[in-house]
Amino acid sequence: MNAVTLQNISKTYDKGKVLAVDDISFEVKEGELFGLIGPDGAGKTSIFRILTTLLLADKGEASVAGFDVIKDYQSIRNNVGYMPGKFSLYQDLTVVENLSFFATVFGTTIEANYELIKDIYDQIKPFSNRRAGKLSGGMKQKLALCCALIHKPLVLLLDEPTTGVDVVSRKEFWEMLKTLKKKGITILVSTPYMDEANLCERIALLQKGKIMSVDTPENIIKAFPYMLYGAKSDHIYKLLNDLRTAKQVESCYAFGEFLHVTLKEKQDDGKEILRVIAEQNGHSNIWIEEIKPGIEDSFILLSAEQD
Amino acid sequence: MTFFTSWPVERADQQINMKQLLAFTKKEFYQVIRDKRTLLIMFGLPIVQIILFGFALTSEVKNVHLIISDNSKDVNTLQIINKIKASPYFSVDESVMGYADIEEAFKKGTVKSALIFPSDFGKDLVHSGKAQVQIIADGSDPNTAKTIVNYLTAIINDYQAQLSPAAGLTYKIIPETRMLYNEEGNGSLNFIPGVMALILMIVCTALTSVSVVKEKELGTMEILLVSPFKPFMVLISKAIPYLVLSIANFTVIILLSVYALDVEIKGSILLLFMESALFIITCLSLGLLISNVTASQQTALLISMMGLQIPTLIFTGFMFPLENMPWIFQAISKIIPAHWYYLIVKSVMLKGLGFEGVWKETLILIGMTTVLLSVALKNFKIRLS
Repeated sequence: MNAVTLQNISKTYDKGKVLAVDDISFEVKEGELFGLIGPDGAGKTSIFRILTTLLLADKGEASVAGFDVIKDYQSIRNNVGYMPGKFSLYQDLTVVENLSFFATVFGTTIEANYELIKDIYDQIKPFSNRRAGKLSGGMKQKLALCCALIHKPLVLLLDEPTTGVDVVSRKEFWEMLKTLKKKGITILVSTPYMDEANLCERIALLQKGKIMSVDTPENIIKAFPYMLYGAKSDHIYKLLNDLRTAKQVESCYAFGEFLHVTLKEKQDDGKEILRVIAEQNGHSNIWIEEIKPGIEDSFILLSAEQD
Repeated sequence: MTFFTSWPVERADQQINMKQLLAFTKKEFYQVIRDKRTLLIMFGLPIVQIILFGFALTSEVKNVHLIISDNSKDVNTLQIINKIKASPYFSVDESVMGYADIEEAFKKGTVKSALIFPSDFGKDLVHSGKAQVQIIADGSDPNTAKTIVNYLTAIINDYQAQLSPAAGLTYKIIPETRMLYNEEGNGSLNFIPGVMALILMIVCTALTSVSVVKEKELGTMEILLVSPFKPFMVLISKAIPYLVLSIANFTVIILLSVYALDVEIKGSILLLFMESALFIITCLSLGLLISNVTASQQTALLISMMGLQIPTLIFTGFMFPLENMPWIFQAISKIIPAHWYYLIVKSVMLKGLGFEGVWKETLILIGMTTVLLSVALKNFKIRLS
């Protein structure tokens, strides 16, 4: 059984002028950790709001935990845990007060489901009498996750939970998600960070309201059709322009301190071809290697194809 | 069978609802009490306003309905009455009324002033050169009352001066003034009902709407919507803490009025509290309605302040006499809830009337509240946008 299904879902804003979600279909299997990967404005939040029954889609059908988002909206509201993107709890209530408030609102108590949140809650327990507004970003997210989990939801919907959180806390957060997955909770999570895609079982790459690909991260990387080269020299920006103007080069973009380059035709001596181009343009300290593509490379390629 | 099984389920549901309501109310109280600024507005405002409005404003009068009871009917009284009729300030009503009738008319509020000539006014004036005349004015509106008294006294003095040289004698007409309901002409009396309406309006409307919109801004409203908590319960639980706080606030105003401004509460305190609770609910409904249509705290505050406070100030009638306004403004005042509350408080607090004296206004207020509250609840969105 699928925990979440979307069929041909479309959503527009401003009376049809802005297309936010464009004919999207995908499924999340029961017990799966599924990632929606895409930049800001890709339509991630709109999808979450449709699934949480906060917005009505213009077209298409969707269900969460077997409940239709329109007909059984109250059942969905009773059975999902939701963490909105801008959710920041009640700043003027303490950690404990926030948690017990949400527990009561969901018709349960902290004690009843303590087992589920114990691992996470233990980390913020020393601050249980601190006001939520005075917590660090990472701790706020942990508390928010506890609040979303307190009623033992069937499906957990997390909209960009790691945005604006430091690297260490992000890593911890994903560890927690893995633990929750082991407890049988289906998790749909969105993130603009491509490096987090590898931590999901399956992902959907989202761009401009459209799904470009749905698969496991490994398969998406495997499907990358080109040989990918990393390149570097003393004048990285000049090298970027030089390679882009070279006729053999298919694409070239900056990636951290390297350039990621693909060639138009598959060449065995691709490395040499690039080196020659760089030398002809007077670059020094040239470094060129074959590298493994990542999700971001696939994403950029797919986006280019979409346009 | 379903009858037997469904009953306990329903009951459990209701218990959860009560618990949720309690938890929500508790949360609201924590939030208000921890928000020092809100508390300052809530309890600082009444004190400041009451002190500020202590400086009563002067008001002009025109075409005041004046009852003249002429018990002497001689040439002198006729001349005085003609003089008054000639002035633009009064529209004279010479209906024959006894003292009791006049008092009744004052209570109803149809009459603001009366001039009474005793039966031997002319005789006294001719024989002893000295006569008395009584001026009665509705002191619950002291500004107007004082102006009326001054105008009437001036007209009588003028007549007295006119009379004296012709007869070669000095005549003296002594006006005996009496302010009904507010013997000392205590200015605070008039503005206190107004300030009460104003403060309750601001506190209830602005704070409620802001606190609902704050949840939208923080994103907590999304969570509350995606929960088993019924959407309209959010509104109810928002209203309860502010109802309690507003009643506390109202008590502060009453205590200030009685002990700091020497205002005597003539009517039943219980009735006053009940009527005020009704008005508070009206304002809460208005606040919830505003929160439905606004998305930011600033907008909510602006609408509550500009959109409600100023009309309340102008159309309630405590600052500017409504009688002098064009009919269109008078018509507008009829749809302002604060206007009716002001009338109720004035009647109960200053005139000492019972429920039978304010039932019409109360009914209008109940009607307004029902409409506002049902529109607010109906319009509350169970989804975003």
